[in-house]
Formats: sequence, structure tokens, C-alpha cells
Amino acid sequence: MNTTPPAIDIRELTHRYGRRVALDGLTLQIEPGEMFAILGPNGCGKTTLFRLLSTSMRLQSGSVAVLGKTLPQQSDQVRRRIGVVFQSPSLDRKLTVGENLRFQAALYGIRGSALVRRQQELLDHLGLADRVREPAEKLSGGLRRRVELAKGMLHRPSLLLLDEPSTGLDPGARTDLWRYLKRLRDEHRVTVVLTTHLLDEAERADRIAIFNQGRLVALDAPEALKASVGGDSITIRGRDAATLCQQLADRFQLAAKVIDGHVRFEHPDGAQILARVMEAFSDRIQSITLGRPSLEDVFIDKTGHRFWSHGEDDAST
Amino acid sequence: MMHRPENNIAAFGEADEGAIACPWRASLTLAWREILGFSRQGSRVVGAIGQPLVFWIFFSAGFDRNFRLDGTMEGQSASFAEYYFPGTLVLILLFTAIFSTISLIEDRREGFLQSVLVAPLPRWSMVLGKVLGGAVLAVIQGGLFLMLAWTLPIEFSFWKLVQIAVLMLLASLGLTSLGFAIAWRMESTQGFHAIMTVFLMPLWLLSGAFFPVPSLAADSTWLQIGLYGIMQANPLTYTVAGMHQLLYDGPLSSALDLPTMATCWLVTVIAAVLMFVAACWTASGFSRSVP
Repeated sequence: MNTTPPAIDIRELTHRYGRRVALDGLTLQIEPGEMFAILGPNGCGKTTLFRLLSTSMRLQSGSVAVLGKTLPQQSDQVRRRIGVVFQSPSLDRKLTVGENLRFQAALYGIRGSALVRRQQELLDHLGLADRVREPAEKLSGGLRRRVELAKGMLHRPSLLLLDEPSTGLDPGARTDLWRYLKRLRDEHRVTVVLTTHLLDEAERADRIAIFNQGRLVALDAPEALKASVGGDSITIRGRDAATLCQQLADRFQLAAKVIDGHVRFEHPDGAQILARVMEAFSDRIQSITLGRPSLEDVFIDKTGHRFWSHGEDDAST
Repeated sequence: MMHRPENNIAAFGEADEGAIACPWRASLTLAWREILGFSRQGSRVVGAIGQPLVFWIFFSAGFDRNFRLDGTMEGQSASFAEYYFPGTLVLILLFTAIFSTISLIEDRREGFLQSVLVAPLPRWSMVLGKVLGGAVLAVIQGGLFLMLAWTLPIEFSFWKLVQIAVLMLLASLGLTSLGFAIAWRMESTQGFHAIMTVFLMPLWLLSGAFFPVPSLAADSTWLQIGLYGIMQANPLTYTVAGMHQLLYDGPLSSALDLPTMATCWLVTVIAAVLMFVAACWTASGFSRSVP
């Protein structure tokens, strides 16, 4: 029997900014020890969810329990047990790495030998041991993000929340960050929940929740999500997509859709159907691509539009 | 890299629910951060002391011949330099308070504040840290300016200095709290500059810092009566009056018809407490609905 409560238990959560609905009746459970990604384009509600979970914004309706404690009644207990890494840096740039960590420690009542020990542990783990005396403003983006991570882990939280942790990091630093996150999760049994708008990043998580316009549209392990799309995905660029779509349905009984002017469908045996389609409509096709289903295909499959076609300019959410 | 997973598995993840931060200690740490940040930003020192100092030097030189307090004989009146000295001291406190408040807006913009806001601390602890840090900086800078008092006919005793320091601290706590309450919801420092010009500077100007509270007479104009009313109602008037009395116990103070020292202390303390409560209250209503 498993009596451990979910790390995060969200029920019927709705949040509005004026008339705009940012989260619409969200229900979601995240298990302890999971590496969980909340994926969606900008404006999908993931940052709103992050703010609610990190207790930096008040709940409007619905219920949220973090590590078995209810928000907002038990926010103080929640705050003690979660580590939060914000999208925008929270380091004091004028202070050194060591000072930043010491000030953070004071906010959580950590001092004396416990502070020295934990600081050393984390700095060693995150490869920052030789940076203690450097001012935060002199560090590279990747190193700064690691200090943020150390800051969030200093009080040994059971749950680490990260908002778009890869923002502003080059691919190398991004891979590094994930290595460190995995290490924290594996060695310290921390539940890691992060938001991201990067499809390839979400693929590294144990489970992914895909958000679109405030709603949860898919929830599963990356492989399972991709398998759910059903076979290979084929995208055709060509003139008059609507007619082509109809003809594909008539001739090959394919459930093709027009997505942003391209014809797209899935098939268990992509290579074989690709050859037949090419043969039949070679004069109409400009290009045809065959791919293993990606998370983008999952997104398209669930929402009917491409990942970046909506809300791209609404960068604040 | 060396790490010992076997030791850490038990250590992490099991939150230290026993280790609860002491709000007072957290306040002191946050105050120390203010002072540390300030000491690494030389321009702020120049800004807070420089302008009041320049004002004091030039206004004193410019007004010296034309300045005579009511009810004093020719040659008996204090010089403008003397009159304006306590006012300058309070202006330095005000400027320091303003700069530390602007740093609150920067803390928010640069992101530092967000990690403080999700820490398991009561909101007043964060407010106290910020306000106390700003107030201590103000007292230090006021103290630096006070050294110039050697150029004036002022006699200092240890007890007098202690009282001046305490009055400076109380006034700074009030001013920093006021600035905090104003700046809390502000996204940019530009907005704060507007408030500073239309509210904070007049607050100082109408405190008896720059010219005495006009005395009422039968032939007073409505404007003078209004000015009198505003200046009497301005809590800062009592801080400036208190400073006048602490610095000069001779004819200058008696010529000004100032409120009693007890009133000055009382009003300054009450104003500081009220402003601090206002700042805590503003900060606790945190529900920024940023889309």
C-alpha cells in the first residue's frame, strides 16, 4: 500500500487574468521522485501554474496540495519544503556566490556548521566549488543558473520547481543543467517539476504534461505520447492542400489534416505509403517529409495546430 | 568530482521542518545585505550626501545676508547656515531613504525579491530587513554630515549625540517605510521619481527644514494660514524641530517657537510606527496578477 501523498495534487484549478482564462479546470497529479515537464507554447498557462505552485500568486479557484499540504492554508509549510528556481535570475549580482548562498540560508534558518556542510556539498555537486568568491555578475549564464539551483536546494527541499530553466543557456550549458538535475533527483530523491517551451528538452523528463491555452491536452511518458500518435508522420508541402487532403482520403483512406497549409497524416508504415503517395501525386508535391513521431506531432495531434502557431507574441506568460 | 551519494540520500529530500528561520535574524541578514550592496555602489553615497551638502553650502552663502528670524534683533539671529543645518540633515535622511526604496524596485526587477517572497518568513520580516538596512545607512550618512557641525557654533556632548542618532534612526525608519509603501507596487524607478518630486520633496520642504513655520497673526493671508496648517500637520516638522532643539539650545530654538521636545519625540515615534505598519500592510497584500 502506498500512503505517500502525490508530490503535487491539483484539482479543478482555474485561474483568470481579468477575462482571460490562463488555466481552465486543470486536474493533475505528480508523483514523488518524478522528473516532470510541463510543456507548452508561450501563453499556455504553464507560468501561471508555476507561480501558483511556488506560492508567489494566490489561488482563485480549485484546490492544490503540495507534498500533502494544502494551499494557501499551509503555504508556510509548503514554502519550507519546496525549492524554487525562477526564470528570471534571483541572484544578487553585487554579491559573491558564497554571499548569495549565505543570504538564502538565512531566509530558511540554516546556519553554523549545517550551512557550511550543505553549501560545500552543493557547490561540489554542481561544480561551483572554485567560484565561491566570485561576484554573481561575473559568472556565465550557465554557471549562474547552477548557483540558482544551489540556492533552491540549500534547504534540502523535497520538491524542486523550475520555471523555464534553460532560458538563455547555450546547448552545452543546457545539457549540463539536465545532468545536474538528474543527479539531484537520483541521489537526493527530489521531485523535479519544470516548465519548458522546448520540445527536445521535455523529452528528457519521465513524464510530460502538454498544455495548450490553459488546458492539459496530453499527459504521459515521452515515448508513450509519441507511440500514441500511431506510426510515422508524413508532412506534404504542395499547392492546394485542401484538395490534396481530400484526394488522399478518397484514394488511400488516409485521415489527413491540413495544418498551417501543409497536409499531414500518420501511418504505421510510412516508407511504403510515402512511395505510393509520391507516385500518385508527384506533380502536386513540392516536398514530402517522413518522420518518427515527435512531441510536436503529439501536440499537433491533440490540438490541431502547430506548436508555435498560437500565442507566440504573448511572451509574458 | 567527489560526491558521496550514500550519505546524501537520507539528508536531502527530508525537509528540515525543525529548522525554522527566525524572522528577526532574517531581517538582520536582509538589512546587512542592504549595507553590503550599498558599500559596493559608490555612486549612491555621492548621490545621498552630495546634493544636500551642495545645497547647504550654496543656500547658506546665498541667503546669509537676507535671513533673519522673526523676533530676533539685528546681529542676534542665527545665520542661514545654522538654521538650515538640521534641515539638510533631514534631507540626507530623506535621500538615503529614497535610494534604498529605489533599490526595492531594482530588487523586484532584477529578480532577487521573488526568492525572498517564497521563503517561509512572515512578510514583516522582509519589510523590516529592507527598512532597517536603509535606516542604518541613512544614520551613517547623516553622521558623516554631522561632522560639519564643527564649523558652526554648536556644542556637542555625548548624550546629545546619542539623542541625535536615535532621532535620525527613528526618522529614517519612518521615511524608508513610507518609501517602501509607495514603491512596493511600482515596476519602474521612473514612476518613483514622479512621486519623489510631487510628494516627498514637498514633505521635506514644508517641514520647517528650509524656512520656519509661519506664525499666525491677525493679518495672515489664507495662503499663510494654509501653509501653517500643512506644516503643523506634517510629522516631519516635528523631526526637524527636534533636531533644531538638540543642536541649538540657545536663542535660535527659542526664536522659532518650536513644539516641545517631548512632542517632537512622540510624533516622530508614532509616525515611524505608522509608516512601518503601512509598509507591512502594503507588502502583505501581495497578489500581483501579472498576465
